[in-house]
Amino acid sequence: MSPAEKKPQERVGVYVCHCGTNIAGVVNVAEVSKWAADNLVHEGVIVARDYKFMCSSLGQELIQKDIKELKLTRVVVAACSPHLHERTFRNACKGAGLNPYLCELVSIREQDAWVHTDKIAATEKAKAIISGGVARVIHHVPLEPLHVPIHPATLIVGGGIAGIQAALEIADAGFPVYLVEREPSIGGHMAQFDKTFPTLDCSACILTPKMVDVGNHPNITMLTYSEVQKVDGYVGNFAVTIKKRARYIKTEDCTGCGICWEKCPKKVIDDKFEAGLGYRKAVYTPFPQAVPKYPVIDDINCTYYIKGTCKACEKFCPTNAIDFNQKDEIITVEVGNIILATGWDLFDARRVPNYGYGRLANVFSNLEFERLSNSAGPTGGNIVLRDGKTTPKSVGIIHCVGSRDKNYNNYCSAICCMQSLKFAHLVHEKTGATVYNFYIDIRTPAKAYDEFYQRIIEEGTLFVRGKVAEVTDAARNPGEEGKLIVQVEDTLVGKQRRIPVDMVILSAGLEPRFDSKAVAKTFGISCSADGWFIERHPKLDPVATMTEGVYIAGCVQGPKDIPASVVQGAAAAARILGRIQQKEIALEPVRATINEEQCSGCRICNTLCPFNAILFHEDKMVSEVNPALCQGCGTCVAACPAGAISGTGFSNEQILSQIDGLLLLNLDKKEAMA
Amino acid sequence: MTEQAIVSDPPSVGPVKHEDLSLLQEVALRTPGDPNLEMCIQCGTCGGSCPSASAMDHTPRAIFAMLRAGMREDVMKSNTPWMCVACYYCTVRCPQEIHITDVMYTLKNMSLEANTGHNGTASDFSKTFISLVETYGRSFEIGLAGFQNVRHFITRLPSITPMAVGMLTKKGMSLFPPKRIKGMDQLKKILKRAKELEAE
Amino acid sequence: MSDYLFYPGCSMESSAKAYEASMEAVCKPLGINLKEIEDWNCCGATEYLSLDLTPAYSLIARNLALAQEQANGTKTVLAACSACYLNLSKADHYMHEDKAFGRKINSALAAGGLHYDPGQLVIRHLLDVMFNEVGLDKIKEKVVKPLTGLRVASYIGCMVPRPDYNARISDTEYPYELDDLLKALGAEVIDFPLKTACCGGHMTQIGPATAFELIRRLISAADQYKADALVALCPMCQMNLDAFQGQMNGYFHTSYHMPILFFTQLMGIAFGEKPENLGFGSELVSAHAAMKRIGIQTPEPAPAKPVAKKPSGLPMPPPRVRVGQQNTANEEASE
Repeated sequence: MSPAEKKPQERVGVYVCHCGTNIAGVVNVAEVSKWAADNLVHEGVIVARDYKFMCSSLGQELIQKDIKELKLTRVVVAACSPHLHERTFRNACKGAGLNPYLCELVSIREQDAWVHTDKIAATEKAKAIISGGVARVIHHVPLEPLHVPIHPATLIVGGGIAGIQAALEIADAGFPVYLVEREPSIGGHMAQFDKTFPTLDCSACILTPKMVDVGNHPNITMLTYSEVQKVDGYVGNFAVTIKKRARYIKTEDCTGCGICWEKCPKKVIDDKFEAGLGYRKAVYTPFPQAVPKYPVIDDINCTYYIKGTCKACEKFCPTNAIDFNQKDEIITVEVGNIILATGWDLFDARRVPNYGYGRLANVFSNLEFERLSNSAGPTGGNIVLRDGKTTPKSVGIIHCVGSRDKNYNNYCSAICCMQSLKFAHLVHEKTGATVYNFYIDIRTPAKAYDEFYQRIIEEGTLFVRGKVAEVTDAARNPGEEGKLIVQVEDTLVGKQRRIPVDMVILSAGLEPRFDSKAVAKTFGISCSADGWFIERHPKLDPVATMTEGVYIAGCVQGPKDIPASVVQGAAAAARILGRIQQKEIALEPVRATINEEQCSGCRICNTLCPFNAILFHEDKMVSEVNPALCQGCGTCVAACPAGAISGTGFSNEQILSQIDGLLLLNLDKKEAMA
Repeated sequence: MTEQAIVSDPPSVGPVKHEDLSLLQEVALRTPGDPNLEMCIQCGTCGGSCPSASAMDHTPRAIFAMLRAGMREDVMKSNTPWMCVACYYCTVRCPQEIHITDVMYTLKNMSLEANTGHNGTASDFSKTFISLVETYGRSFEIGLAGFQNVRHFITRLPSITPMAVGMLTKKGMSLFPPKRIKGMDQLKKILKRAKELEAE
Repeated sequence: MSDYLFYPGCSMESSAKAYEASMEAVCKPLGINLKEIEDWNCCGATEYLSLDLTPAYSLIARNLALAQEQANGTKTVLAACSACYLNLSKADHYMHEDKAFGRKINSALAAGGLHYDPGQLVIRHLLDVMFNEVGLDKIKEKVVKPLTGLRVASYIGCMVPRPDYNARISDTEYPYELDDLLKALGAEVIDFPLKTACCGGHMTQIGPATAFELIRRLISAADQYKADALVALCPMCQMNLDAFQGQMNGYFHTSYHMPILFFTQLMGIAFGEKPENLGFGSELVSAHAAMKRIGIQTPEPAPAKPVAKKPSGLPMPPPRVRVGQQNTANEEASE
């Protein structure tokens, strides 16, 4: 399209930023600005300025003044990356009465000054970049953000401490919450712990009041023993399908009296709550303070479901609340926002053969030890060996099991050092045993953490700096028979040591849930390679995701301690409350649209869309983009074989013009014309 | 406890002379593949795993710290690489995936080049082994053991005799050297060229 | 019949004649055809690598080049000695992974008119082939005289499970292949904690005290578990534990008598072969008493283990799901 065919001509202002010496140190900004004023006149440039810091108030006012006085219809700012200041300049234009989408920010810093040293070439490149920006912006059209209403209900997936915190905050603010939890009770891993660091608060004591609040809250609908199956819709308007697994208990009749599990003859190893160290019955509540109080029948182990006999629970239930024929229930709820707070799984220490977990009886995992130490646990809070009776006289605690290790998980699990110190304290307190902590580093960064470390040193814990090489029962020297020997290099001494102990505790690391990738797909968000959910920005936006309306909180985003999980739960809740208060949300109008007439119904775009934003109309045999879900990534635009999809904000015309501008082809035409 | 085969001089006293900070890189480059040597976080898994650590004057981890500090002389005099039995425990357990055993072989090579005169027993064994292979193309266990024990452990000979007799009678090992392989010349040419390439 | 390019290694013809004899006796009935590489040379064990890396790898690579020349369609090189196996596999691995290094070695080989294309041959250890290619079912079929009542400690040693460049063995520290194979022969396999601990290698010639200590650890652990024999698959391990057992006993003033056998010898017995044809009698620590125990078929089940595992106390974590089984939920999601 030649410049002569365009009409009416736009009035373009070009603003070139020095950014201090960031840009001006390499690019001759004044020259570039003058060049634009002289050479892009035919494209509509009527003014070109350069200024030290365009993003400052004065810089913005410069633009606003020109818009008002010179009646600019388009603005091009050549400065830093749009990721940083696109919004700044768009708002500036908006403030002066120009539609913000008629402003284009081109980067001559990250894409020019910061990556080149040849000043002459960099200056020429800046000219080309600006020329491209101008060529493009004249094809921009005014756009209005999309407004979608926000449903006031919120879905929170995961009833651990992060989910509980978020639920209470939103519910206390007066809005409804659906709290979905896979296990029969909320509480998460925190309910399993004994004491929490650094205050040594009893974990259940600080957790259960919140759990009770959740259970009693009029605004919270708890859906325990349930899982989300499908999520449809978009921010403000999600339709979530949830499977409520059959408890085989009629909750409207059950009083939680506990006679059913008392009478149940079938004992099963509890591999969830008791970490495999204790037993439960086939009908059970996971722990005494469970919320809700209703038990469930484990239909895999229940004698009735295996053989068709027993039914002791039904016989003894005083309110006739047992229903063996109960079925799973599928429900759909409508919510405006979702928080994923599904927590973590423990690293399987059986994967580290040299530590002997699973082979040597007295090697325990951290969760097993929490249950040992917990007074409501299988040993009544007595720290004993696997025989259930003997108190250990010496204990070795190994840090970094499965973490910071390229053979297993590369990352640091953040809580294990503090946890290991806590274990040292508990062992001392309860048994008076000699305690060794085997570490590579001691990581105690948060408030009162290092003081806790000092306390543990004072208590007489023996610290050995060395990553344990192996735990073995093969005695080599006298004094080792019948013990577990921890073989390690004491790196501060520079010698290999073999230390006989009675018990070894492995601080196994945190891992994403086993089904994290499947869950991420259901909710339309991404996982990192490790499996943790990806936040919108690791420094500045840790609870939002790239999908509007879906937030993450707690360990699902990466290993962290309880205070940090609580903070993230509260942060996600606050973000959502902000949205709900606004009653509607403005979405970026940079979206793809499908030209119905050109669409052939091939559906290639449907499966390519990473945000599941394209619907297919069977009746018309055409696809349609849901503008609320579309993030404007452009994949469908590129893929459509009929070229039927274009993006507002990235139309073919805009992109091709920008390319012409970059190649200075728009100038050549002018010269040819001249 | 266990006797030390050869004990090197104690590490040099006084401040570390930072003369040789390229040492780590040099060792890494000489080892085939990329041994990831710079990734060491000094965790001590290698020193903890090593079955012969108690016979080493420096644990493997300490050797890597010394490499990083450029302490060339101390490393070359150390008996550590020679005490390595190549069991690969360290290599598979190292959390930073460092090819520790391969680095130990490189250090053996370098210590011989440095010719500090230490570690005679170990290197003698290897040298004798190799001279036999370079003559016959095969190894000659009885001859090798014989040389080694006469040279270094002569006081042990009486206690070894029953075993030696057993080896010759029950196991049927030969007192005579093995038959030379047919391609001995070919092998010699290959090894000669290889030595030239190594020196480059 | 499956063909394999066989690399015997120097020990097969001297200290490990029992291994060679028993290996040949069991390979034939299992369909393993050993085509010995013509004019192979010593692999250099751990000695040449100590001296000079390029000549050391060239020494090994000559064998690979010869094998490639003589392959005639066979792709797999089979070694029974662990050090030979590791050396061949290591040379192939590094020549393949580090291209410059591969070219250097081929340069040296060229001086002898040879060349090896790394990655062209597959190098496997005898145990791997027995377990994964022949398979336990086939082995069980051939068993005519189950080794019922024989308590064995299965000792794989260090170089087969580590570093395991091609991930052939189930675990680097507690692999189950040899255990399962011996169980298939009907033997009672004890839970030996040192199955991959090092025997000391050449330390017997360099630092005997260290070597004796390593040998003692293994023998005493096997003895602690009341094993009748320790079963090995490497000539070096067998020699160290067998030939040097007397000296070790002398050094520590102990009196262990633990026969050390090659796994192929036990396979041979189970297959009904005569002990003399399997190299029995060549071991310095006699296996006579141990084998006599099962010379007569015992109708009684095996005697109780020395460490009683009572079901009281706290439950143990369940055994780990074996290598090869994945998380199905995540796998389905990523498809």
